[in-house]
Amino acid sequence: MERMPHWADVVLVPLLNLLIAFFLSGLVMWAIGENPFEAIRIMVTGALGSTYGWGYTLYYATNFMLTGLGFAVASHAGLFNIGGEGQATMGGLGVALMCLFIPWPNWWLAIVGASVGAALLGAAWAAIPAWLQARRGSHIVITTIMFNFIASALLNYLLVNVLRPEGSMDPSTANFPAATTLPSLHQMLGVFGIPFARHTPANVTLLLAVAACVLVWLLIWHTRLGYEIRAFGKSEPAAHYAGIRPVRITMYAMLISGALGGMMAVNSTMGESGRLIMNASEGAGFIGIAVALMGRNHPFGVFLAALLFGFLYQGGGELALWANVPRELVIVIQALVILFTGALDNVVRMPLEKLFLRRRKGRA
Amino acid sequence: MSNDTTPGRQATAAPDASDSLSADAPLAIELRGISKAFGPVQANKDISIRVRRGTIHGIIGENGAGKSTLMSILYGFYKADAGEILIGGKPTQIPDSQAAIRAGIGMVFQHFKLVQNFTVLENVILGAEDGALLRPSLAKARKELLHLAREYELNVDPDEVIENLSVGHQQRVEILKALYRQADILILDEPTGVLTPAEADHLFRILANLRREGKTIILITHKLREVMEITDTVSVMRRGEMTATVRTADTNPQALAELMVGRKVLLRVDKKPARPGRTVVEVEDLHVRDRFGVERLKGVSLQVRAGEILSIAGVAGNGQSELLEVLGGIRDATGRIVLNGRELPLVGRPADARSRREAGIAHVSEDRQHTGLIMDFAAWENIAFGYHHDPAYQRNALLMDNAAILREAQAKMERFDVRPPDAKLAAKNFSGGNQQKIVLAREIERNPDLLLVGQPTRGVDIGAIEFIHQQIVALRDAGKAILLVSVELDEIMSLSDRIAVMFDGRIMGERLPDQTDERELGLLMAGVTGKPDGEAA
Repeated sequence: MERMPHWADVVLVPLLNLLIAFFLSGLVMWAIGENPFEAIRIMVTGALGSTYGWGYTLYYATNFMLTGLGFAVASHAGLFNIGGEGQATMGGLGVALMCLFIPWPNWWLAIVGASVGAALLGAAWAAIPAWLQARRGSHIVITTIMFNFIASALLNYLLVNVLRPEGSMDPSTANFPAATTLPSLHQMLGVFGIPFARHTPANVTLLLAVAACVLVWLLIWHTRLGYEIRAFGKSEPAAHYAGIRPVRITMYAMLISGALGGMMAVNSTMGESGRLIMNASEGAGFIGIAVALMGRNHPFGVFLAALLFGFLYQGGGELALWANVPRELVIVIQALVILFTGALDNVVRMPLEKLFLRRRKGRA
Repeated sequence: MSNDTTPGRQATAAPDASDSLSADAPLAIELRGISKAFGPVQANKDISIRVRRGTIHGIIGENGAGKSTLMSILYGFYKADAGEILIGGKPTQIPDSQAAIRAGIGMVFQHFKLVQNFTVLENVILGAEDGALLRPSLAKARKELLHLAREYELNVDPDEVIENLSVGHQQRVEILKALYRQADILILDEPTGVLTPAEADHLFRILANLRREGKTIILITHKLREVMEITDTVSVMRRGEMTATVRTADTNPQALAELMVGRKVLLRVDKKPARPGRTVVEVEDLHVRDRFGVERLKGVSLQVRAGEILSIAGVAGNGQSELLEVLGGIRDATGRIVLNGRELPLVGRPADARSRREAGIAHVSEDRQHTGLIMDFAAWENIAFGYHHDPAYQRNALLMDNAAILREAQAKMERFDVRPPDAKLAAKNFSGGNQQKIVLAREIERNPDLLLVGQPTRGVDIGAIEFIHQQIVALRDAGKAILLVSVELDEIMSLSDRIAVMFDGRIMGERLPDQTDERELGLLMAGVTGKPDGEAA
C-alpha cells in the first residue's frame, strides 16, 4: 500500500520543505533587524526581475544541473558520490587543456572538444574511488571526499607551477583563444530578436545541460544499463541473482556521474571565465547533492531544483549587495534550504504520510 | 461468522469449547471486540478470544489473515481502533511493548531480536539491567538462567556468543529473555519455521513444561500438524475475522484448513507418477567455500532427470542454499556440473547467473524479497529481471522496449493469476503469494530445461500454495527437470519424486517419498545415518 499519493511525494513535500526553510530564513532576517519581505523582494527582483538577473540565475542553474545529474546517476546505483566538486575541478583542467592546446577553428567544435575533455577527466577522477569501492570495498563516501581535496591541491599546483603564463602573478591559465568563446544567451536570443542582457555569464552550455537532463532520463529509464543501474542500486544481492555484475555497474555509474560533474566546467571555465582559475567549481559539486536530493534523483526534478538553487545563488548575491545583510547570512539561508530539502526531508514527510493515512481511513 | 456449513457448526460451538476446558482455571487473556484498520484494509474485525491460564492456544490463519496484527496489538506495537484487552481479568492498556512486559506478556518473534555478538547472558539482561553497572545484573541473570534451565529444559550456555549458537538455541534465548522479564503469557510467532523436527520436538517439550507451571502460551502458526500436536484450543482467522475457536481434540487438520481458506483445499498435491527421461543435469563432487574459508558444500553429487522433481530436504543452513546458488550462477565452486551433456564453467564470468539462464537454467530463489524481486520495481520491470538482455525486450541497439515488456508482463501475470493483475504496481505492494507467482511466472514461462526452486511456498497462503505446486508439477509433466529445496517436510513429501537429504554440506542419503517417513528424514536431517542402506557421503 502506498503511503501517500505520488504527487504529494514529488511536489508537496519539497514545497513544504522549501516554505519551512524560507520561513526560518525570514525569522533570521527579522532577528537581525531586516525586513524579511523586503529581503524576498530584493531576491526575487534581483534574480528574476530582469534579464540581467536571469542571466546569472540560469548560469548558476546550468552548473547545478550538471553536478546534480552527476550525483543522481550515482545515486540510482546506490552510490553516494560526494566527489562532484573534485570531478568538476578536474573537468576544469580537461576544458583548459583542450582549449589551450588544440587550435579550434570555431566555438561549436571547441565545445565538443572541451566537453569530451571535461567528461574524460571528471570520469577518470571518479574512476579511482569507483574501482576502490568495487574491488576493494573502500567506502566511496570517504574516498570521494578525499579526492576532492586531492583535486583541489593538484589544480593549485598545476596553476601555480605549470599552467600559469610566464610573468603572470595570477594563479590561473592564460586566456583561452577567442575561437573558443561560447555564444552567450544574449547572442543566442538575439538571433530570434529577443532582447537579453548583454553582460551575463549564461551561455550555450545551458542547452547542453538541458540535453543532459533528457539523456540521463533516457539512460535511467529506457536503456538496459539504466535498468541494471537501478536494479543494482535497489538491491545488490538481487542484481547478483539476475546476473548483473557489480563491478561493471559501479564503474559505469561512477564514470557517467564523474563525466557529468566534470562537464559543469564547460559552463564555468569555458563559458564564463574564459580561462582556468583557482576554485573554479565554486562549490557547485556540493550544491549538486542538494539539487539531486530535492529533485528525487529524477532529471526533471534536478532541472527544477537547479533553477531554484540558481535563484537562491543569484538572489542571495543581490541581497548581500543591496540590503544590509552580510554575505555569511545569505549562505545561512542557502544552507537552510539544503538542510530542509535534503537532510531533513523526513521532518515533513512523516507527519504528511500520517495525515494521508488518516484521511484515507476516514474515507474508507 | 463463517458461511461454510461444516466449519460453521464448529464455530458456533466455540464459546463452550474454551469454557469447558479446565473450567476452573481463570482467564489469562481476554480480547473483546478488537478491531484495527490500516487505511482501507480491515486487518482485525471484532476479534474476541479468551485464553485460560495454563493452556496452549493456537492461532492459525493464512498470511494476511490478521494474526500478526492481533499479536502486535497485544504486544503494544499497534493501538486497536476498538475493543479492550483484559489481562488476568483486569482491563489493561498496552500502549507500548514496555507496558506489555509489565503486564506479563513475552513475545518470541519469528525473526529473533538478538545482538549477534553479545553473549546469551548479555542478551538476556539487555534492556532489563538493574543499574548502570552490569556486573550485579549479570550475576543475578546467571543464577536465574540456571534455575530456568533446570525447570524447563531450557539449556543454553550463558557465556556463549549468540552467533555461535544453533537456531534452536537462539530461540531458547528468546524464551529465556521473556521468562527473565517475568512473563506469564508467552506469544510465539511461527516458532518452528527454522527448526529441525528434533528441535521442534524439544521446543514442544519446553512449551509443555511451561504449561505445567501455569504459564499461558499463544502459538501462532500455519502448520496444522503442530496445532494438532500441542495446543489445547485453537482459533482460526480468515481475512481479519475470527472464524472459529474450537477445542483441538474436537477437530482435525482438514476441517481447520477449510476454516482457514474458506473452501475445500487439497493438502496433498494431486499428481501422476513421474516418467523420468534422460538425465538433464549431473552434479559431481561439488565443493564450495564461503568468504571466511568455511566449506559449505563438501562434495555434493546428484542428478536430476527430465520429468522428475528431486527435492533437497534439510534444516536451513546445511548447504542447500549454496547448492542452488552454484547451479544458478551466483556462487563459484569446484567440481563438475554437466547440463544436457555439456560441462558448465564453475568460476567467474562464464559461470554467472546470466550465462546459466542462457544455458537453460531458471532459478526461483529462496528469498524472493531480497534476491528474486526488486521490491521497488513495478511488476512489469520484475518480469524482465534477469532476462533483460532478451532481444525481444530491446527496441534497438540503445533503448529497451518497455512497452513490449509491459505487454508480456500483463499476459504472464494473467496466466499465473497474479492479483491484482496490475503490472504497473510495485512488487512490494503484492502479497507474498502473489509476489511468488510473479517470480514463478517469469521463470517457468521461460520454459527452462532445469528449474531451481527454493522455498517456493515460504510465506505464501494455502490457497496460493496449491496453485504454485500445480505449476511446478505441470512443468515436470512437460518433461522438465526440477530441483526443489524446501525446509517444509510436508511440501517435500507431497511434491517430490525423489528426496535427497542434506546435512552439513553433504547429501546424507536419498529416499523415495512413498518409502520413507518424516521421522526417518528428520534423523537424516540431523546427520544421523541409522539405516544400513543409507548412502551417506
